[in-house]
Amino acid sequence: MRYESPTTTKEAVALLAQEKGQAYVLAGGTDLLVRLRLDTIEPDLMVDIKRIPAMTEIKKTATGFKIGAAISGATLGKNKALLKAWPGVVEATNLIGSDQVQGRCTMAGNLCNASPAADSVPAMIAAGAKAIIVGKKKRTVAVEKIIIGPGQTILEKGEMIEAISLPAAVKNSADAYLRFIPRTEMDIAVVGVAISLKLKRGVIESARVALGAVAPTPLLVKEAAKAIIGTKLDDEALDALAAACSSACNPIDDKRGTIEYRRRVAGVLAKRTAKIAYERAGGK
Amino acid sequence: MNDPKYTGQEFKVIGSRVKRPDGIDKVTGRARYGADMNAPGQLVALMLRSPHAHARIKKIDISKAEKLPGVKAVITAADLPDLTEGNAGLFDTLENSMARDRALYDGHAVAGVAAIDKSTAKKALKLIKVTYEKLPHVTDVDDALEDDAPIIQPRYATEGQHGNLINKGEFGQGDIDQGFAEADVIVERSYKTGQTHQGYIEPHACLASVSPDGTGELWVTTQGHYSYRNTCAQLLGMDIAKLKVTSSEIGGGFGGKTHVWMEPIALALSRKANRPVKMVMSREEVFKASGPTCSTSMEIKIGAKKDGTIVAARAECRYMNGAFPGMWGTLGGMTAFACYSIPNNKAIGVNVLCNRPKVAAYRAPSAPMMAFGVESTIDQLSKELGIDPVELRLKNVAREGTQAPYGPVWGPIGIEPTLEAVRDHPHMKAKLGKNQGRGVACGFWFNIGGQTCSDLNIGPDGTVNLTVGTIDVGGARASLAMIAAEELGITYEDVKVNIGDTSSLGHNDTTEGSRGTFSSGMAAIFAARKAVDVLKERAAKMWQIPVESVIWEDGSARANGKEHSNLSPLTLKDIAKKAGSTGGPIAGHHEATAEGAGVSFASHIVDVEVDPETGKTQILRYTVVQDAGKAIHPDYVEGQFQGAAAQGIGWALNEEYIYGKDGRLQNSGFLDYRIPVCSDLPSIDTKILEIPNPGHPYGIRGVGETSIVPPLGAIGNAVSNAVGVRMYEVPMSPPRILKALDEAGV
Repeated sequence: MRYESPTTTKEAVALLAQEKGQAYVLAGGTDLLVRLRLDTIEPDLMVDIKRIPAMTEIKKTATGFKIGAAISGATLGKNKALLKAWPGVVEATNLIGSDQVQGRCTMAGNLCNASPAADSVPAMIAAGAKAIIVGKKKRTVAVEKIIIGPGQTILEKGEMIEAISLPAAVKNSADAYLRFIPRTEMDIAVVGVAISLKLKRGVIESARVALGAVAPTPLLVKEAAKAIIGTKLDDEALDALAAACSSACNPIDDKRGTIEYRRRVAGVLAKRTAKIAYERAGGK
Repeated sequence: MNDPKYTGQEFKVIGSRVKRPDGIDKVTGRARYGADMNAPGQLVALMLRSPHAHARIKKIDISKAEKLPGVKAVITAADLPDLTEGNAGLFDTLENSMARDRALYDGHAVAGVAAIDKSTAKKALKLIKVTYEKLPHVTDVDDALEDDAPIIQPRYATEGQHGNLINKGEFGQGDIDQGFAEADVIVERSYKTGQTHQGYIEPHACLASVSPDGTGELWVTTQGHYSYRNTCAQLLGMDIAKLKVTSSEIGGGFGGKTHVWMEPIALALSRKANRPVKMVMSREEVFKASGPTCSTSMEIKIGAKKDGTIVAARAECRYMNGAFPGMWGTLGGMTAFACYSIPNNKAIGVNVLCNRPKVAAYRAPSAPMMAFGVESTIDQLSKELGIDPVELRLKNVAREGTQAPYGPVWGPIGIEPTLEAVRDHPHMKAKLGKNQGRGVACGFWFNIGGQTCSDLNIGPDGTVNLTVGTIDVGGARASLAMIAAEELGITYEDVKVNIGDTSSLGHNDTTEGSRGTFSSGMAAIFAARKAVDVLKERAAKMWQIPVESVIWEDGSARANGKEHSNLSPLTLKDIAKKAGSTGGPIAGHHEATAEGAGVSFASHIVDVEVDPETGKTQILRYTVVQDAGKAIHPDYVEGQFQGAAAQGIGWALNEEYIYGKDGRLQNSGFLDYRIPVCSDLPSIDTKILEIPNPGHPYGIRGVGETSIVPPLGAIGNAVSNAVGVRMYEVPMSPPRILKALDEAGV
C-alpha cells in the first residue's frame, strides 16, 4: 500500500485518476482506518488530503460557507459564524464518535462513507448543502443526491469532494438535528431527524426535513416539510409532520432496532426537532 | 497462631485509603498486559474460526497454508490427541479450544496458524480449506428444549430427558405445595434475560514458548495462572512443574479469564514451530469465542399471607450454558431465595446446551438473572399486598440462625442491615418527577476460600516482599500490602507485593469467587506472624536473652521484664540489617486451603426516568449498600461496588448477544454490544457496612461480586414504578419498553 500526502487538489486528483488498484481518500480516517484494521478493505493507494490548504479551511463567501473536506468536527464546532448560521449542521457533526474522533472526523468523510445512519448527512440535506466535487471536471451536487445506497455514492473513479458548501444564513431561519441512540454518546443513530425552516411572522414559510437511519439512504422528505409549511407548528401540524416522517421510513429490522420502533421514533424525534428549529428561528 | 477466627483487633493501617501501588505504571503505560510481552524470534498466531453455528467438519486441507513462505506451523484437532484420560470437563476444554469432528458455535476455532508476521498468518488462514456439512442449530434456551431441537452434545444426553438438558440443581426446604395452599396472595410470573459478556477491555493475549526439552513458558492475561498451567500441561502432555506460567497485568476479567481459551493452541503452535508464539484475540474473537454468561428463561412463584409473611416460593430457571455443560443453573438455584427466610421454598436451576460459546463465570455468576425474577416478583407481591416493598423484604429477611435454602445455617449476615440502611437512606426520601420511578432490590453471593500459598521475605534494609499466587484483578496488591504492614507494624510503603509465577509458589486457586483478598489476606497474616516469630528469635539472639522475654509491638522487638529495661527496642529494620549474622534471611510462609469465606449481601436503590415516547431509560441516581465484612482499603471496596452496579446497569438496559436466524452472532463489537459509557451513569453512591466475617482474623468478606446481583431487579422495579409497566425481559432496551407500554395501553 502506498501513502501519498499531496499539497494541492490537482495533485490529489491526478494520483486518484492514475491509480490502477484500489484508491482511497484519507481525510480524518475515522472510518477508513477502522475498515483497514478490520480487513474489509485492502487499499493500494491512500491519498491523505489534510495537507491541501483548500481542504483545511472554512471560508465565508458571498453565498454562504465553504467547508474544506478535511475540516474536523472539533474545528467546525469552534466556528462561531457557522454555529450561528447552521447550529443543526454543527451539532449533528459534533455528535459523531467521541472527543478523540471529533478531532479527526469530517463532514465530507461522513458523506462519502455513505452510511444510512451518518449523523451529519441529514443535517446537511436539511440545510440545503452541496458537495463540490473535483475530478476530471468540477461539479456541484446537492448532498441528498450523493448517496445512492449503503456505502455507495455517485462519485466516480478519480473524483473526490473538495468542500461542502452551505447557504448563507437567512433571517428568521434555523435548523436542528436530533438522533436516537440507546446510550448517551459514542453510539450510532437508530433514527436521525434534521429540520431547517424559515419563518415569516411566526408562520413557517419554507422547510426541509431529512431523516437518517430509517432507509438505505438518508431521505429528504418533502411531504414532511409540506406538513408544517404555512403553520405555526401547532399540535395538528406536529402530528402531520410525525405521520409524514413515519410513513417515509423504509427501515429494516436489525440489531439496532425494529421497523416498528424506527417508524414510531422517527415521528417522535421529528416533532422534537421541529420545535427546536422553530424556537431557534424566533417562533413562539 | 493460625487460628482464622475474627478477633476484633484494633487497626492502624487497615481501613485507610493509601495510594494504589500499580497506579503510576498503569497511567503512564509502563504496565505490561497480556499483549505487551515479546520474545526473540517470536511468531504471530491467528485462528481460523467456524462461520457456522453448527457444522460437521468433513475435511480440513492445510497443505496450501503450510507451503506459504513464512508459515511455521499450522495445527488442527489432528495435532491435539486426547490426553484427558476420561476427564470430561478437560475434554470439553480441549474440544472448545479446537473443534474436533464438529464446529459447535459461530466462532469455534477449527485451525491455528503461526507465521513470521500477521499478514502472512492472515494469508495462510485464507489458504486453509475446510469442508463443512451444515447441521441444524439452536441458540435460544427454550428452543433448545423443544422436541425437534438438534442435540448439541450427544455424549451428555441422558435417557428419559431432553438431550440438551444436562442436569437440574434443586434446592429448598419445607413443602411448597402446602405452603402455597396456606398463601392468601400468590404471584407467578415468567422472565427472560439476554446473554451478556463481561466486557473486559483487554482481549485475551499470550506469549507461549515451548522448548524441545519439554519445558515451556506462558505469559498470559489470566485470573488464575495456576489453573491455566495445570490445564495446558495436561492437555499438551507436559509435566506441570515444567510449564511456567506468568500472569501479566490484567485489563479486567470478571470471571472471563478463569478459563483457558486459545492458550493451549498457542503452546501447541509454539511446540510445533519450535519458536515463541504470540496470540492476541481480536474483539470479535473475544465476543464469539471466550466465555460470556448465560441467557436464561424462568418462572417464579411466591405466595404470602395477608400480613406479608411469605409462606412459599418456587423458582425454576433454565440457564443456557453454551455448547459445553457448566454448573451455572446449580449456582442460580442456590442463590434464588438466599436473602429471605421462607419456610417452604424450592429453586431449580436447569443447565441447557445451545450452539453458543462455552459459558464462563461472570461476576457472581448465575445470581443476577435469578435475582431479576425473584426481586421483580417480590415487588409485584408487595403491590398486591399493599405493603411497602422494603418493609415486605425486611419482614421476610434472613438473619443469623436462618437456614439457607442450600443448607448452611447463617452466622452473622448483612442482608437485614443493608435493607435497614436502604430504608433509612436519604435517597429513599428524595422527590421524584414525572416519568421517574424508584426501585429497590437485594442480592446475595457466596464467596469462596480455597488453596493459597504465600511467601513473605524481609530484605536487608527491612523492606518487605510479599509474594502471592492470586492475581490482582481488583486491588489485592494494595490490600495485601496493608495487611502485611499491619501485622509487622511497619508502613504500607515498606511492603511490595508481587504476584509470583507458577514456579515460585505452590498451587494457588484462581482469583474468583471474591477470594483474592480473603484468602491471600489470611495467608499474608499468618506468613507475617511467622516472620515476627523469626524476628523475635533474632532479637533475642542480638540481646542474648531468652526468646520468651521478647515481645513484638509496633514494628519493634521489646525486651520484657525489669531486668531488661536497659535494652532499647529493636526495630524490624535494625533486626533485618543484622540478619546475615543472626541466622540468615528472615521470612515467613503460609500455605492452606482457606476456609470460612463469608457470604455477602447487598441492597440497592435506583431512580430512573423513562421517556414514554422512545422507551429510553436514564439512570438518575444509584445507591449501593453492601456488607464488606471489613473494608481493608475503602476506595477499592467502593470501586468494586460501583463497578458491579455499572455492569448490572448495562446488563439491565442494553447489553445482549444478538443471534440471527443463521445462528451467527450479529453484534460482536462494542458498537452494537452496548456497555454503558461514562455519561450513561450517575455518580454511584456507596455505603459500606462492616459485619465481620467470623471466619477471618480481620472479618474480611469478599466484596467484588455481590453488587452485580441486585441491579437487574432494582431497575426493573424502578421502570415499573416510573411508567406503570412491568418488564419481564432483560435487557430493558428502548424498543422493548416502548412495546410494553403499547401493550399495556399506557
